[in-house]
Amino acid sequence: MGILINKNTRVITQGITGKSGLFHTKLSHEYAPCFVGGVTPGKGGSQAAGLPVFDTVKEAKEITACNASMIFVPPPFAADAILEAIDSEIELVVCITEGVPVQDMLTVKKALDKSKTRLIGPNCPGVITPGQCKIGIMPGHVHQKGSVGILSKSGTLTYEAVGQTSEVGLGQSSCVGIGGDPIIGSTFTDLLPLFEQDPDTEAIIMIGEIGGDAEIKAAQYIHKHVTKPVCAFIAGVTAPPGKRMGHAGAIVSGGKGTAKEKITALKDVGVWVAESPAEIGSTLMKNLKK
Amino acid sequence: MNIHEYQAKKLFSENHISTPKGILVTSVEEAEKAFEKLGGGICAVKAQIHAGGRGKAGGVKIVKTSKDCIEETKKLLGSTLVTHQTGPQGKKVRKVYVEEGTQICKEYYLSCLVDRESANITLMFSKEGGMDIEEVAAKTPEKIFTLSVDTTIGLKDYQLRQLIFDSKVPQEETKNFTGFVKSLYKLFLKHDFSMIEINPLIVTNENKIMPLDGKMSFDENSLYRHPNIKALRDFEEEDPREVEASEHGLSYIGLDGNIGCLVNGAGLAMATMDIIKHYGGEPANFLDVGGGASEDMVKNAFKIILRDKKVKAVFVNIFGGIMRCDVIARGIVTASQELKISIPLVVRLEGTNVQQGKQILHESGLSILPADYMSDGAEKAVQAARG
Repeated sequence: MGILINKNTRVITQGITGKSGLFHTKLSHEYAPCFVGGVTPGKGGSQAAGLPVFDTVKEAKEITACNASMIFVPPPFAADAILEAIDSEIELVVCITEGVPVQDMLTVKKALDKSKTRLIGPNCPGVITPGQCKIGIMPGHVHQKGSVGILSKSGTLTYEAVGQTSEVGLGQSSCVGIGGDPIIGSTFTDLLPLFEQDPDTEAIIMIGEIGGDAEIKAAQYIHKHVTKPVCAFIAGVTAPPGKRMGHAGAIVSGGKGTAKEKITALKDVGVWVAESPAEIGSTLMKNLKK
Repeated sequence: MNIHEYQAKKLFSENHISTPKGILVTSVEEAEKAFEKLGGGICAVKAQIHAGGRGKAGGVKIVKTSKDCIEETKKLLGSTLVTHQTGPQGKKVRKVYVEEGTQICKEYYLSCLVDRESANITLMFSKEGGMDIEEVAAKTPEKIFTLSVDTTIGLKDYQLRQLIFDSKVPQEETKNFTGFVKSLYKLFLKHDFSMIEINPLIVTNENKIMPLDGKMSFDENSLYRHPNIKALRDFEEEDPREVEASEHGLSYIGLDGNIGCLVNGAGLAMATMDIIKHYGGEPANFLDVGGGASEDMVKNAFKIILRDKKVKAVFVNIFGGIMRCDVIARGIVTASQELKISIPLVVRLEGTNVQQGKQILHESGLSILPADYMSDGAEKAVQAARG
């Protein structure tokens, strides 16, 4: 099982003929052959990565019956690509593109509210259900089929959590990089219920960072609705206020969104918080054994 | 991206929002001329730096004579202003804005920003302007009124009426107030702002509404479609190392510690700083080389890190996904040879092509302290920095 994607997912890539789009479609398709085509306006009828290319998402869906899309369209056109996928009622859209204007995302969010589509990202590494399907830029080989569901704002920190859960022998059910932008399609509280319901997921790891209050909201949600054990790590205890730490959303402003307040909120509801990024796997393991 | 007050005022007036007249000066002579040109009446002399709290820190002076104007400008230019937002090192004043005095009847507060949670634009208004808004929010939250605008619908008249009735804006001001808020909202959308804060927003004796200050930040992701805004960036206000890093496609932020960090990925870069602190050390910087760094980028990253003379050791922490460890390793070898790195170098490589990476480092004969885990690396770096 796992969440969002599995071996039956049929994926297209929007922006398949671009350098990154092509490269990662190839890698993802090699990892698990879930890709059925791609879209680049004006290049319909050609082939890319051995897959058929279409001019529009609508046409791609009619012919391939795809139900997921991976977006590699450049920032100025990314929101439009997401809206196109929403319009074609693609169930899952994963937007990898970094640098999408915030106001464009405001429009996308309103369109999502009224739609059947779930958006992951933008500015995220993607989603993987190990051994079944990979939509994104994460290195497939570090993952191992298993029982831990991972939700994360950061790409490389997710790999870290993946590596550590593999090492302690737990493996992963699914991993979702939700993205580091201020406005994202799905946040922790949108995805926690899926892991809670997934029979393959026995424990959840949540990796957050400074900025915004998604982790606080998640703590409140966990308290009320999550029965599975949750382990968390929050990056940025040492981040100076007012500075944007790489991710557009990672900023402490007006004393709000600090790592400390997030850690306290999570600990208060019984979440095990790893003291250091090297102890995510071991913190989970130690507490599971109790 | 932030801009100066004088630039914000220019943007206001270009967009049909009137502001007091003012002139930017960078010398005493210019200040004297500006004072005369503004009519020789009461003026405000305002230091232009990218930080709030200037008034309390002595960065805003009221002058009545040309002599005072010259005197205050002289004091401000070249001085270092320390406000609650600059940090203890303060900010150097390079420009001063001389502005005509204005009749102030009332001081309000108005801000406009993107709300992450609702994906709306939030307008925040208070009649308690001129003071620290965080303090107003903490002590008297009932004096702050907010309005949430769905950008796909737009700012509607009923919302403004609601705001006016709730906050009890006097009737004689409502027409100008409504006009002002509408213009501000339009401006916010037009230039892809992430925040506009006006404190104080003044009411004159003719019931005119005018911004007496303006703090503006823009969404950096949108700058590509606003070349006029991009041109307002003042590099002198930024850490030169951060500017240089961004030119090389690196994300760098200088800190006060002595352990340099070179990491791939923003989250891991932040976590690397945290783990150094966890083991009792102090990070010297945040540095994300990104997902697709080349050998050259690694070299440039080292150059920037080593320019900080406080750095006593460097911790390279890489979890290669798309980024290949062999590329990073070659970058490290080239950098240490070309830059003649003499301080301890702790390297932790993991992920794609890790064996080749380790091999390259081993064969280079460089005295590198290898680490198998992030924790191991952090501990070694902390020890090495202690000497």
